[in-house]
Amino acid sequence: MDINLTYLMPEIATALLAVLVLLVGLLVPKEKRHALGYVLALGLIAILVFSFQYYGLNKTVAFNTFAVDDFAVFFKQLFLIAAVLVVLSSTMYVKKMNGNYEFYIITVVALLGMMVLASAADMLTLYIALETMAISFYILAGYKTDQKSAEAGIKYLILGAVSSAVFLYGLSLVYGMTGTTVIAEIAGKVQDLSALSPALILGLLFILAGLGFKISLIPFQMWTPDVYEGAPTPVTTFLATGSKAACFAVLARILLVALPDYSTHWQFLVAVLAALSMIIGNLVAIPQTNIKRMLAYSSIGQAGYIITGILALNTAGVTALSFYSLVYVLSTIAAFAVVMTFSAQTGSDEIKDYAGLAQRSPFMAAVLTISMLSMAGIPPLAGFVGKLYLFKSIVTQGYLWLVIIGLVMSMISVYYYLRVTKVMYMVKPLDKEPVTVPLGAKCTLFLTMLALLVFGVYAQPISMLANMAGSALLP
Amino acid sequence: MNFPVLTTILLLPLLGAIISIFVPKEKSSIIKGIAGITTFIPLVLTIWIYYLYYTQHMATGGYAFTESIPWVKDLGITYGLGVDGFSLPLVLLTSVIGFCAVYSRSWSVETRAKEFYILLLILITGVMGTFLATDLFIFFLFYEVVIIPIYLMVIIWGSGSKTRKDIGKEYAGMKLTIYLLIGSAFLLAGLIWMYMLAGEMLGVLTFDLATLATLNFAPNLQIAIFGLMALGFLSLISMFPFHSWSPDGYAGAPTAVSMIHAGVLKKIGGYGLIRIGIFLFPVGAKFWAPVIAVLAIGNVVYTALISLAQKDMKYVVGYSSVSHMGFVLIGIASLSLVGLNGAVANMFGHGIMAALFFSIIGYIYGITKTRYIPDLGGLAHQMPRLAGAFLVAAMASAGLPGLLTFVPEVTIFIGAFDSPITRIPAFIVLTGIVIGAVYVLRMAANVLFGPRKEQWDYVEDIKGFSLLPIAVLVAFAVIFGLFPSLLMDMVNSGIQPIAAKLLSAGSQIGGSL
Repeated sequence: MDINLTYLMPEIATALLAVLVLLVGLLVPKEKRHALGYVLALGLIAILVFSFQYYGLNKTVAFNTFAVDDFAVFFKQLFLIAAVLVVLSSTMYVKKMNGNYEFYIITVVALLGMMVLASAADMLTLYIALETMAISFYILAGYKTDQKSAEAGIKYLILGAVSSAVFLYGLSLVYGMTGTTVIAEIAGKVQDLSALSPALILGLLFILAGLGFKISLIPFQMWTPDVYEGAPTPVTTFLATGSKAACFAVLARILLVALPDYSTHWQFLVAVLAALSMIIGNLVAIPQTNIKRMLAYSSIGQAGYIITGILALNTAGVTALSFYSLVYVLSTIAAFAVVMTFSAQTGSDEIKDYAGLAQRSPFMAAVLTISMLSMAGIPPLAGFVGKLYLFKSIVTQGYLWLVIIGLVMSMISVYYYLRVTKVMYMVKPLDKEPVTVPLGAKCTLFLTMLALLVFGVYAQPISMLANMAGSALLP
Repeated sequence: MNFPVLTTILLLPLLGAIISIFVPKEKSSIIKGIAGITTFIPLVLTIWIYYLYYTQHMATGGYAFTESIPWVKDLGITYGLGVDGFSLPLVLLTSVIGFCAVYSRSWSVETRAKEFYILLLILITGVMGTFLATDLFIFFLFYEVVIIPIYLMVIIWGSGSKTRKDIGKEYAGMKLTIYLLIGSAFLLAGLIWMYMLAGEMLGVLTFDLATLATLNFAPNLQIAIFGLMALGFLSLISMFPFHSWSPDGYAGAPTAVSMIHAGVLKKIGGYGLIRIGIFLFPVGAKFWAPVIAVLAIGNVVYTALISLAQKDMKYVVGYSSVSHMGFVLIGIASLSLVGLNGAVANMFGHGIMAALFFSIIGYIYGITKTRYIPDLGGLAHQMPRLAGAFLVAAMASAGLPGLLTFVPEVTIFIGAFDSPITRIPAFIVLTGIVIGAVYVLRMAANVLFGPRKEQWDYVEDIKGFSLLPIAVLVAFAVIFGLFPSLLMDMVNSGIQPIAAKLLSAGSQIGGSL
């Protein structure tokens, strides 16, 4: 029972960094405040590097409420990477907002929520972390002072609050049946229950629904396109990557660590939700004309792929989930960073306005194409290796049908991704003026593209970390 | 000698593509030069290793010039390359056609030339990689790398057709892409399934083909996995009824892409079907062979009839190539050593022939701006050299003795008549040869002969660099036609282990083949 604060150093450092930047920002003239993003990114990178020493500890500290296992560390690093890339690419956006740099601070608070969420080994810690993250996003979604953003904020707030309530009710049912809030102890208590408990199944369903909302699984997806479209693009990016990845981690932890004995009850349900998300997400993306809505639907499909990793009930599945989460985060950030930069200069998110982007900015067009092809799982990009990990973990477990659906749907997704490519490379631009990419966004685009290419051809480093994460959660 | 010759052959075009990225786009002649050099060296090297293999390794068979580097350890992926008597002719085919595609007509691709050559070189690398890989992951990786560049090349540099106005190049490109990708989805599903099953049997995960071939999968699994993989490979080889992407795709594509596509890309389908499908799942192959044999009739006869009705040269050759793939499929379905030999040799022969055809049509189209047969006529008056090459291609398509397609076709039929599965289909397919001769000779007659049309007097005969690819391809057609053993012995040494596997599977389940 130690409360050794060194185990919480990454979180503490992140919180301190937020406060520090908040204070320093007051001393900086308004028109230069956007540059704080670079300071913040450097600080986050330092924490990222520092956090590597937490690999291999595999401990639960602070009265069994905080797990410092490789799974948590892997996801923490993933959130840090996402935050760095988002902050870097949003400098231009903050500049346009007259140096309204609180944006950075709230982003970092959301990041803090995610990091605690990845480590939460107790349902109360978990819920508090989840709300820290969610409330930050409610604010962020309505950050822009226009009607669409306000609508997105309100919509996300109301639906999010309902889903949080449902989730909390699910947690309380589980607590009621097992008498403990510590996730690792729940499995043992569940085994002690002699008969099948309907209340526990109800709790399980509520948890699944609450988290399903956050990761926008079908049928809890209805908020996704509207919020993605209305929210400021940097927020959308972080919402689509960090928030989702955090909830994948939580879902894996609850289902696989706390409720593996009820797997017969949730496995089929999760498989059906995954299949529906892949099918509907990818099919509805086809007729979209707004690129943010298209990416929203495609992310629904991606969520379907990622949760297949849970179905395998073994280390390989968790490894695959971790690996693909990282790839998903990188490719989504790459795509949204292009969208962000493009709309900051042209004010449009319509796919038809991307006409001739290959001539206006060959770099952006190439990054967008590569990131979308990676999402579709075309080799030699990282998305392909990720899908290979996912599908290999479930193919011999009786989910061949799901593998086939997944692969066919991902090839269908190529259709709408290539449509964007076609517009960028084929259609003559209305406006020949080159689109310039600011320094921060350039870093983001370059790093994500490089990562998608390199990890597609040489996945060894990531697969090593993902394997450690997998065996930490399910030894 | 530990010089990594296969890696050199594989990666030089890619290196050329990477260098080209940094060349300013105005300097298109430098980019063309790079593309020319980085495809010429692999061609020379391939001919060299073909000679070495023919003289030194053919008697013993098996892989030669192998390279193997562990790649992703926990997935059991190895960067493994190697060639044997089966893959080497196809590697040679890729090198020749890659080289010729760079020089063919595309010397005049001026709009966005930089992007064109970069994509073309990536495409050549992709096709080459599938034939060189001894690791199935590497195989699949290159297999899919091929598709996206083709899409971009069709929609950017392709052309619509005069006879089929409703089919634009964008439609053709997307149709091709979606067909091939969905086919590859089934292939990948089968591949992952097999990989995990093999992992359970071996206790260690591996994608290495030679290791996988030592396993005996349960018959029902073989049938299921072969079925999944065959969906992918057969849509690539354009088997009836999954063929309709192919003529549209050729017609829409720029010359260089049509050459590579008809010449080698389709052969990946046949290669994969034999190398992976039949070699790993002989029982599954036996189960599905009658289905393939029956559908192959559709390929040969149905598309040959469609080809008769075409007025666009590219559509004639496009449908004819679907029709020719029917012969290959019959050879594969016979599941005998002779039939498989014929199928592989015919893939080589058809590749050279189709590339020659598309190269010539590309030249004619580039200079006259039409591929519509009734517009043309009497071109032999203005272009005697080109007409000669055209006739060689046409005769090769009709299977004239002395040209490289004759012996393979005969071999296919010997194998097919010998096997009870394909005896009746092969008999029906014979009519396809007759129809095939009709449409190709009619096209040759209407384009080349007849009265001189004065509107084409400005047309110059082919010469200089444009002549180079056509001359090389004609030379291949004649040399391999006169000395078929250069090809047949090689193929035979590569197919023998696969046929042996089929025989042992036959005795295993108590049937005869």
